[in-house]
Parts: sequence; structure tokens; C-alpha cells
Amino acid sequence: MSASAKLVIRRGASGEPPREETWDVPFEPGQSVLDGLRWIRAHRDPTLAIRYSCTNANSCKECMVRIGGKTVYACIVRLRAGTMKIEPLPNKALLRDLVTEIAPPDERLGG
Amino acid sequence: MALPQCLAADVLVIGSGGAGMYAAIEAARQGCSVILADRSLIGRGGATVMAQMTVAVALDEGGLDHPEHHYADTLSAGRGLCDPAIARLLCEEGPARIREMDGWGVGWARENGEFKRAFAPGHDRARCVYVDFLNTGPAVSKTLRAQLNRIPEIRRVGDLLVSALALRDGECVGATALHLSGGQPVSIAADATVLATGGLTRMYRRNSASANMMGDGYALALAAGAELIDMEFVQFFPIGHLAPRLVGMDPIMWDPFRYKLGGRLLNGRREEFIHRYGSKDDGRYVVTRDVATYAIIKEAEAGRGSPHGGAWLSFEHCSQAELRAAGGPVIDRLAANGIDLTKQAIEVAPIAHYHMGGVRVDATMATRVPGLYAAGEAVGGANGANRLSGNAITEALVFGRVAGKSAAGHARRKVSKVDASVFAKEEHRLAEGRAAPDFNPAAMVEELQSVMQDDVGPFRTQAGLERALGRLRALRAELPSVKPAAGEAYDTALADWLDLCTLTRVGECVAAAALARSESRGAHQREDFPGMDPQWAFNQALSLAGGELRIESSAVPA
Repeated sequence: MSASAKLVIRRGASGEPPREETWDVPFEPGQSVLDGLRWIRAHRDPTLAIRYSCTNANSCKECMVRIGGKTVYACIVRLRAGTMKIEPLPNKALLRDLVTEIAPPDERLGG
Repeated sequence: MALPQCLAADVLVIGSGGAGMYAAIEAARQGCSVILADRSLIGRGGATVMAQMTVAVALDEGGLDHPEHHYADTLSAGRGLCDPAIARLLCEEGPARIREMDGWGVGWARENGEFKRAFAPGHDRARCVYVDFLNTGPAVSKTLRAQLNRIPEIRRVGDLLVSALALRDGECVGATALHLSGGQPVSIAADATVLATGGLTRMYRRNSASANMMGDGYALALAAGAELIDMEFVQFFPIGHLAPRLVGMDPIMWDPFRYKLGGRLLNGRREEFIHRYGSKDDGRYVVTRDVATYAIIKEAEAGRGSPHGGAWLSFEHCSQAELRAAGGPVIDRLAANGIDLTKQAIEVAPIAHYHMGGVRVDATMATRVPGLYAAGEAVGGANGANRLSGNAITEALVFGRVAGKSAAGHARRKVSKVDASVFAKEEHRLAEGRAAPDFNPAAMVEELQSVMQDDVGPFRTQAGLERALGRLRALRAELPSVKPAAGEAYDTALADWLDLCTLTRVGECVAAAALARSESRGAHQREDFPGMDPQWAFNQALSLAGGELRIESSAVPA
């Protein structure tokens, strides 16, 4: 049984005016929002910037974003039919699209 | 474009899993300045943080064990291909590293003051320490991060995707990287470099690895003139989670449940089946990874698989109390995923988990390229054709220490002769290319994963391997004309493009070595050459000659 989610994603790099893009993402029940974002990259737009390492274990803690106004890990929020609004973290410096500067300050290259 | 940034240290460590973190700690102990670089966050990517349970170590308290026994089991699992010196190092130094971690507060599970030791398949006795519940990897990573953070001589830099090693007169003198968050090339001058980039399991569609485990270190080493060894041996973990879909859980999560409770492995008809393949299950977890992988896939091929094409794993005979004792809070996470193990079996299937092959080193972790070392899963040779359960974290710590010490020794002996010219070619390569991609590199990565899964997976044939080699080489040939230019912050398309260069090269290594090995041994199973052939009891070493891959047979060291 396949369903479809409407992902409304805020995009843009630092210094650019933000824009919203919307994709219909097919999914099997149980799949995560991160699955949906990876599907968009492979099937619609590879330039969508997201970051993750562990993919499903919730151990790397890299995929933190805002969904529906709440700060969450994209790998543990499930896709659902209907509209889901996804934004970068508001309190971190924006790098691009859904990627923000989340590294501890002393682990950044700087400059 | 801004001028490239230049970093410098005595020792550069690439990759910050367990091996990389330990190598950095040891090089700093030896008095060196260190840059610890990772393409993701420091100490959170890679495989270490994903480890669910077992760490194999022969602790001799009460005369219960001795490294000789661990060594014998490691060689036996390796099916005749282990490098004895490297395997011995792993087993003999393991206890010191595990006790050191204990002193650092990792929290190995204990009972009445003694380490709890789990029995794992392939071991002759209960030998594996662990951290409850399913927390070994996170605890090891956190403990090493805490040690790292206390050492001012170690500079930690995340978001650095190293794309080439820098060479001068055949010596490794550092590396060039793409700074992902800034989008600019960065040069790193170092008198010695340690590759701690882990394995290659992201090359497969079904894998248990972090997305950053795709053989970076192998491609870097090969291009710098080092040799790779045993590349055909990819370990599939037989009971990776298949269905129903879970979130927030690593797919190898069932291993600890099996260690503690046994569990029953059943085919689609709910029959036990492992005994048909020369081993036994009987509700005890004794079947080795290669045999279980073979059995599960063959049952499914015979039409006796579970609904999603794997096998059932059942703990339905266990009580709620037993499950709670074994899984602790994981039982609640399963409940949040709608799973009650007393009422339902789950489906499992083999999943790419570990790579036995890797960079060829001696027992000091030195490659044949002066100044270049390797550590952890990136190293080939310790585990031969099949890795014993629990050896991965142990080798990460042991090989990390030895590589850190050797790299520091090299750096101390050396008069630095690096200058900007050794980085210029790679900086230029990163910068050139197209402004916007007109291809989909993320789709190409998925295509490559399918090629590897379908034709270079647990079962191989000449026709499949030749097909894979053709597709990998065709994908590789497409890459130069579609390269995105560096310069944009967090350019995932460029990162994918760089990964594709690595993936196609390393995939070719695995497929070519698998094609040459006309027998079945350990994790390498050829449908057209069943059974182990004593004449194949040697390693295969790979190197580049004039840009072409060369495979040479090499006697297993005595």
C-alpha cells in the first residue's frame, strides 16, 4: 500500500531570500521523513541539501530540522499523508536548504 | 574564489570513528600536534557509534581465557587468509585497550564486580564484553570523545571531505579536502597521515553502515601508491532488520537479543532450517555469519522466504520479563514502533556490514607509502575471509593506538618538506567543473548500490561480476564530463560526485578481486565455484599501475 506526502521545504543558501518548494513524495507506511528527503534527492532534485550519516539509527544526530514548527530528527519522524512543512533550524547559522551549522564551535574550520 | 585555506600538523588523522579517535589520542601522547578530520561530525559518523553489542577480548581473570584462544578463533574464522602478525596484535593488545576504556568510564556491563561476557558465534567461550542496552558503540564513541576533548594538541575539524592525499617524492605529506560547509578546497600539510575511514558497506543497497562509509580510504590509498588486500571479502550480517519498518533503530539491533535469548530463526513456513546448511540453530546463537547468510538467501530463493524475502526471527516463546531483562528500554522503543515480541516475529535478511579487506599494512600499520598509515576497518588482513563477531571495536582501538604511535614516530624523524605546490593539482580539480549539475548524482549512487547488491553481493557468478565491472566502468567514464565546480556551501551534488569517483573505483576493486578468485571461501561465495579450493589459500593484492588496476596473488604471511 503506497501513500503520498506533500513536503513543503524551505530552501536557499545563507544570504539568499528563502523560498518554498513542494514535492509529492510516495511512501510505504512506516517510512521516515529522512527517507522522503533522500527520495527527493534521488528522483527529483539532487541539489536539495540535507545532512545525515547513520540514516536510521538516530545515533549521528545530524538530521535535526524543524517539522511543523517543532525541532525533530528527520530520521525518526514518520511520513504521513497530507502536508508536512520542513524548515532548517532557526537558531543555527544557515548553510544551505535544511543544513545548518550544528558542529560544536571548536570543531569548525572557521575562516 | 577565496584562496584555499592551509592547515598544518605533525600528524593528520582522516576519519573520527573509534580507530581515528584513538590514533589521534596516541599521536598526541607521543608529543605530536594532530589534526583529526572527518567528513561529518567528529566522533559521530562511521561504524563505531553504530555498534550494538559485542567487543571480543580475551580477559584472563580467573584463568578463564587467554589471547591465544582468541587468536586461534580469529584465524579459524578467517579461513586461512588472516595475516598472523596483525591478527595476533589485535588479540594480544585487546585486553589492555578494553581495560583502559573501563578506566575511562565506558561502563562495560558487570555482574558481581566481574565483566559480563557474552558468547558470540565462532568463539570457543564467552568472550565478548558490552555496554547495555545495545549501547556499546555510543558509549565507546562518547568515552573517546571525552578523552579527545581534553587534549589541546588535537585540533578537531568536521565537514572535511578528503579527496586526495598529497605526495612529494613518493611520500605522503598531507591531503587536500573539500570543506563541505564552506564549499572551498583546504590543504592539510602533515608529516604523517593515518587513514581511519572505515569500510565500504554504503556501496550496497542494504547496509548497516553510516552514509559516510564507502571506501574513501581505499581509494585515497590506492591513488597514492599503496596496496589493497582481500578486497573481495565483504561480510554480510545475516539477520539485519527487514520488516516491519522501524525508525530510530539500527538494522543490526537483533544481535544482542540473540546473544541473550537465542531466538528462533525460521523460514517462511515457520520451520527451522539452519541445520540443512551444515550448522545448527536450535534456539542458541551459534551459527556463523557466512553460513547464516547463505542459508537465509538460499531458503528465500527456494520459495521458502518470509513475506519480504528474508527469514523470520522469533522471540515469541520468551516472556515479557525475559525480553525486558535483555532489552531494557529498547523494548519501549519497539513498542513505540508497534512491535510486541511476545506476539509477533520480525523479518530479517542479510545486510552489508563489514569489510575484511582494506589497506595493506605491516604490524606497525605502515603502508608501503612512506608517511601513510591505516587503522581500524580500513586495514585489511586481520580478519582474512571472514571476521569473528566482536573483533571490530577491538581492532579499532588497537590498530588506532599502533597507527598513532607509528605516525608520530615517522613525524618526529622527518624534516618537513611540504609546500603549496603539492596541493595545487587537487585544489584545481575541485574548483573546475560546471556551475549547476545537469545529471543526478544521488540517483547514480543508488544505481551503483543496486549493481553491487545484485552482482557483487553475498553470491557471485562470473557473468554477474563481469556485468558489474562493465557498469562500474561505464559509470566512472561518465563522471569527468559532469563534474560540479566547488564553491557553494554544502553542495551535496559535488559531495555525491566525489563519492561516485570513490565508489566506482572501490567497487571495481571488489568486483575484480571477486572475479579472479575462482572458489568460495568465507564471505566470498561463487555460485559457479562452490567450496573452498586449497590452491586458493593466498591473498590478492591490488594496486594501480598507469591508472589501471593490477591484481597480484600474494602468499599469506607466515
